[in-house]
Amino acid sequence: MAKTVAERSSEDDIQRQELTALYRLMVLIRRFEETVYQKFHEAKIGGYLHRYDGQEALVAGIIPQLQLPGDYILCTYRDHAHALACGTSPGAVMAELMGRATGCAGGKGGSMHLIDPENGFLGGDGIVGGPVPVSLGVGYAIKYRGTKNVCVCYFGDGAMNQGGVHEAFNMVGLYKLPVLYILENNQFAMGTSVSRSTAQPDFVKKAEAHGIRGERVDGMDLLVVREAASRALKHIRESGEPYFLELNCYRYVGHGIGDDNTKGWQTYRTEDEVSEWKLRDPIAKLRDTMEARGYLTPEQADKIDEEVREEVHAAIVFAESSPEPALDSLYDHVYS
Amino acid sequence: MATMRYLQAIRLAITEEMERDPNVFLCGEDVGQYQGTYRVTEGLLQKFGPMRVVDTPISEIGIAGLATGSAMAGLRPVAEFMTWSFALEAMDQLVNHAAKITYMSGGRIHCPVVFRGPAGVGTQLSAQHSQSMESWYAHTPGFKVVMPFTPADAHGLLKQAIRDDSPVIFMEHAGLYGTHGEVPDDPDHVVEFGKAVVRRKGKDCTLVGYSRGVLMCLRAAETLAAEGIDCEVIDLRTIVPLDMDTVAESVCKTHRAVIAQEEWRNVSVGSEIAARIYEMAFDQMDAPVERVAGADVPMPYAKNLERAAIPTDSDVVAAVKRTLA
Ligand SMILES: Cc1ncc(C[n+]2csc(CCOP(=O)(O)OP(=O)(O)O)c2C)c(N)n1
Ligand SMILES: [Mg+2]
Repeated sequence: MAKTVAERSSEDDIQRQELTALYRLMVLIRRFEETVYQKFHEAKIGGYLHRYDGQEALVAGIIPQLQLPGDYILCTYRDHAHALACGTSPGAVMAELMGRATGCAGGKGGSMHLIDPENGFLGGDGIVGGPVPVSLGVGYAIKYRGTKNVCVCYFGDGAMNQGGVHEAFNMVGLYKLPVLYILENNQFAMGTSVSRSTAQPDFVKKAEAHGIRGERVDGMDLLVVREAASRALKHIRESGEPYFLELNCYRYVGHGIGDDNTKGWQTYRTEDEVSEWKLRDPIAKLRDTMEARGYLTPEQADKIDEEVREEVHAAIVFAESSPEPALDSLYDHVYS
Repeated sequence: MATMRYLQAIRLAITEEMERDPNVFLCGEDVGQYQGTYRVTEGLLQKFGPMRVVDTPISEIGIAGLATGSAMAGLRPVAEFMTWSFALEAMDQLVNHAAKITYMSGGRIHCPVVFRGPAGVGTQLSAQHSQSMESWYAHTPGFKVVMPFTPADAHGLLKQAIRDDSPVIFMEHAGLYGTHGEVPDDPDHVVEFGKAVVRRKGKDCTLVGYSRGVLMCLRAAETLAAEGIDCEVIDLRTIVPLDMDTVAESVCKTHRAVIAQEEWRNVSVGSEIAARIYEMAFDQMDAPVERVAGADVPMPYAKNLERAAIPTDSDVVAAVKRTLA
């Protein structure tokens, strides 16, 4: 039956609101990431930093669809975006990066170990492949309790070559556990491209070999990611079975702060390749789509950008004015 | 003699041994095309080609297996772990295979493999990346465990490691990569295992260190010298074999000992050395052996907590003063 004009416009409203929120989230991630190297060079942040520029659609297209708390998220050390998408306040994320008591791990974890259990975020993991065996247990706990929840586990293309990943895949497939695997295929593991690290670059086949259904998806297009994730999540919630999505994307910046120079990049990629991928920028793409559909005007986009800059600035002010952890907390939390 | 950085000395040792022995090859993550994560292996792929400089996937079990198996079959692999923290993935290949095959075979098979890479703590890398785990390997019969402090030792000990017929755990310190020192020009410069070196002579207290722990000891000795306390500093160079004769000789003279290490205190290299000092020279001691070590916590990220968790030369100074109190 044909929809009435009123029905159509209210659907439009919902679409507009949803997409605006996702657009805003992607801009927040981008602006957040753009500030962290600067704070590192100001010696406000130490350790190591891995940015998500170019990969925003992988979290914005998925995490906002989750039931949080209830569902769970695990990811790698490239985890700022995941925390922001889970609803961890930018201030608590920035404060963690700066090692402050108000950080989401009280300053004990740092950039690679963001965590927010109350929002379902079980943390970033510094070990390549590390979250995947853990996802098996999280999936098992969900099945054990008999809820319709899902564990979403992010990991990189390089991690596909870790033995533990394949043990976990086999068991998740065997026990039929509600885990959604998100392979963040940003084409490189540090300086090693996918083609130089595996004789079988068809990652979906690898998942299928373990009894996990999967598909390959364009990770540069938020709407495509969102649609694929929506289907996958529905399948998992209904069947209790795992699902695997390989999302193709590109890491715009170096692997991490130690790879922050185009000289290092020259050993594994060309400037042209980086520029070509940037033409498919997920934020610009969503913005174009929304403008074409009349969901967003250039003025509104500018306003979002302005608000987000203020939000990031506020996060920095919050973090910088927060105290360091108390020295006598050094031995706290070694045991529960 | 040429002056070079610690990491260049390591690169030189690998280069010279690869030139000397066609059975020596290198493998690890990003060691070739990317030129090495810390640039230790820069230029080696261009020089020796992809059969002898093998870029691997991020598969530590695979790396350890590649090295162990090829060593059992007659090659002399040098396997790099991007850092020793990631070698934990490969623990079974290391401990149950590489370390034991010679014994299990009744000596019929040798496993001349070197596992190397940066270890050590610091720079806010936090719990999973900032840790020193030498006692895990020293605990395992079958491994020789080497932890050089100077560029010359990094060079000579690594060459000895590559020539050694047993599996060698070679732990570099990322915080020493940039330090300079003289390295002998001799392509046959090797430093024998199990020979500690006295880095500073003294009579009041013996300071025992290895890797960057030696730096802690030397700095502390300098501070204490200004107060009229004269310390002897011993650099162990190798944890296995352990040169207790040099340590015992020194404590028989000073009657006091402080051991300095970055790794956790509990069940550690320092525990072993202290026990052996008591076994060998109990009646010589004028004070209990002091241990300066990392706090027994996963490394915290925050700068102030990290500083509290990592031992420094002022901790050594305080420990020496306790032995003299
Ligand atoms: C077991 C292990 N080996 C090596 C490393 C060092 N390392 C950190 S990130 C990385 C590359 C990982 O690439 P990928 O899985 O594709 O994730 P990306 O960084 O591209 O997001 C490596 C080798 C590590 N952290 N853990
Ligand atoms: Mg990758």
